[in-house]
Amino acid sequence: MTTATAQITPLDAAPPASRQRWIERFAGLGFAAPAFILLVLTNLAPLAALAFLSFTNYELGALDFSFVGLKNFSAALQDSVVRRSVTNTLLYVAIVVPGGVLISLLVAILIHQRKRTRSLYEVIYFLPVTSTLIAMATMWQFLLHPTLGLINQALKGLGFAETAFLSDPRLVIPTLAAIGIWQLVGFNMVLFLAGLSAIPRDLYEAVDIDGASHPIDRFLKVTWPMLGPTTMFVTVTTFITAFKIFDTVAVMTRGGPGGASEVLLYAIYLEGFQYFHMSYAATLTLVFLAFTLVFSVLQTFILDRRVHY
Amino acid sequence: MAGLTLRGIRKTFGDTAVLNDIDLDIADGEFLTLVGPSGCGKSTLLRIIAGLESQDRGSVSIGGTSVDHLRPHERRIAMVFQNYALYPHMSVFDNMALPLTMTRLNLFERLPLMRHLSPRRRRVMDEIAREVRAVAEQLRIETFFHRRPGQLSGGQRQRVALGRAMVRHPQAFLMDEPLSNLDAKLRVHMRGELTELHARLGVTMIYVTHDQIEAMTMSDRLAVMDHGDILQLGTPADVYDRPATTAVAQFIGSPAINLFPARVGPGGQVELLGRTLPIDVRNVPAPELTVGVRPEAMRIGGGPCAVTCRFRRRENLGSESILHFDLVASPEVAVLCRIDNGMPIPEGEVTLAFEPRDCHVFDNNGRRIEVESRNAASRDVRRASEVR
Repeated sequence: MTTATAQITPLDAAPPASRQRWIERFAGLGFAAPAFILLVLTNLAPLAALAFLSFTNYELGALDFSFVGLKNFSAALQDSVVRRSVTNTLLYVAIVVPGGVLISLLVAILIHQRKRTRSLYEVIYFLPVTSTLIAMATMWQFLLHPTLGLINQALKGLGFAETAFLSDPRLVIPTLAAIGIWQLVGFNMVLFLAGLSAIPRDLYEAVDIDGASHPIDRFLKVTWPMLGPTTMFVTVTTFITAFKIFDTVAVMTRGGPGGASEVLLYAIYLEGFQYFHMSYAATLTLVFLAFTLVFSVLQTFILDRRVHY
Repeated sequence: MAGLTLRGIRKTFGDTAVLNDIDLDIADGEFLTLVGPSGCGKSTLLRIIAGLESQDRGSVSIGGTSVDHLRPHERRIAMVFQNYALYPHMSVFDNMALPLTMTRLNLFERLPLMRHLSPRRRRVMDEIAREVRAVAEQLRIETFFHRRPGQLSGGQRQRVALGRAMVRHPQAFLMDEPLSNLDAKLRVHMRGELTELHARLGVTMIYVTHDQIEAMTMSDRLAVMDHGDILQLGTPADVYDRPATTAVAQFIGSPAINLFPARVGPGGQVELLGRTLPIDVRNVPAPELTVGVRPEAMRIGGGPCAVTCRFRRRENLGSESILHFDLVASPEVAVLCRIDNGMPIPEGEVTLAFEPRDCHVFDNNGRRIEVESRNAASRDVRRASEVR
């Protein structure tokens, strides 16, 4: 037995232990390098440039610039547009996150039970995800048109008053949020469907035998707890997506009426690419990143404790 | 506690018949095992009894009353699943308490926030905690009440699953291959524990397994199933000593029974590979027969009942060995012989002999045929084998 082993791995073929360790170390670094370089080039370096810019008064196309310290930040704190953008974004997020998560969960549960029609419904709900929101925004603009739009026609038919969804300052953010939810539901639904499929059938049978045959019990005892990890992931991604609200605002309202739909990313876009205040845009971007980071970390920590894996 | 009666249970999935008119009576307090190869319909039958699956025809009665229209939990049975099906997000205590909270608290009292509003709830929960603790002590699992199933070993999870079944004091326990996820040593141990548990509780247990050793060691009676039929129903000794078909003979017993092709001679005597055996058969549908001999009934040496074999290899099991041979007459037929260690190991061609009373004779359809021995020496054995 021992001779056989010795024949398979001759002693002279094995490098000394210290050399082996060096080889392993370099191989490890070599494998990690591509990912690391990409991360630096696409994420860390731009972030550093952004932080650098936010302390200057650089404008797009300008030949030189000077350091202004925290002036950009104090300006942002007093800027009414920024304040309005932050509140509008938060309001938008506050509607889209619960709406987008709960509606997609409901849809996923309803579709999951279908056998033959399941794929049909999946396609229907997933379509908004595959389409470009710019094109869809135009369609929504038409649907929501105060006089010609289908939605107003339907409302009128039901006896309600004509509603100007996009030009009423109180309604514009909820309307955009509804469109945001519409676009998100399909994607979240697919995630929830995957989560639902991963729940062992055994558990439903066990709960059936144990007496929890009421749908609410089945949901509370099995479905909801077992979907914990999925729900956490969906909530965090929905939150980040909602925070990045930009395209519907840019295409449909341009921040109007009267700044009622100004959002953070749109304000950054205006400052940077319309007014060429690159340094100020960089400052706002940092604020935006800080918001996303704080919320993501908070959610992850709070939810993580309550989620069972 | 109650007995069960199955009448004419039939089930098809699409075009495939899974169960063909199963009739089965299970006595109160009996340990009955449904055993058979995978796909034989045993699990489906258990799931029909549980109410997780509905039969196409036939009826299930528990304790004399039909339960066909009842939902699983209304049948007052408990089930232990192969993967235990413990709720992974609940502690051991909550897992075990769930069947009781479900039946004793109303929906309102079970809701996550509302439950704090019910004064009755605390009283009921205290009572449930006492009962769960009592069961847990029996199974020695009260020390990890607050752990989750993921933190437990396979054997501990198995106990928790049993405990969850026991707290409800069900009319019958249904077990679907509960030991198949355990390692070999633990499986042997749990086999003993289950048998003791059955003796202590005295409750009806229906146990599904594909492992014939589990079936043989634990059951009061076992039902050998294949292709949706019960091939044989009887005590383990019954099934082992008098297998009703070649399929049962092959399935029960390890190492597997030796089956030899044989013919019936002009006088009704059985001819095995040119030798005339001292046994007769009558009224056989076709001249082709199969003679089965268990490996432990074979011995090296001559006699009126014998086959010539070539030795191939030996499997040492410690106290005994399984010897593998080929029939010289038709080398594709493998022959097994179990001998105590210490006996000489043969080489080359040897003659393996067996007693006429150890022969199981089957007709061309694989059904058992009763034989008559001509030999005076085996008359007493013959009488014993004609008891049924």
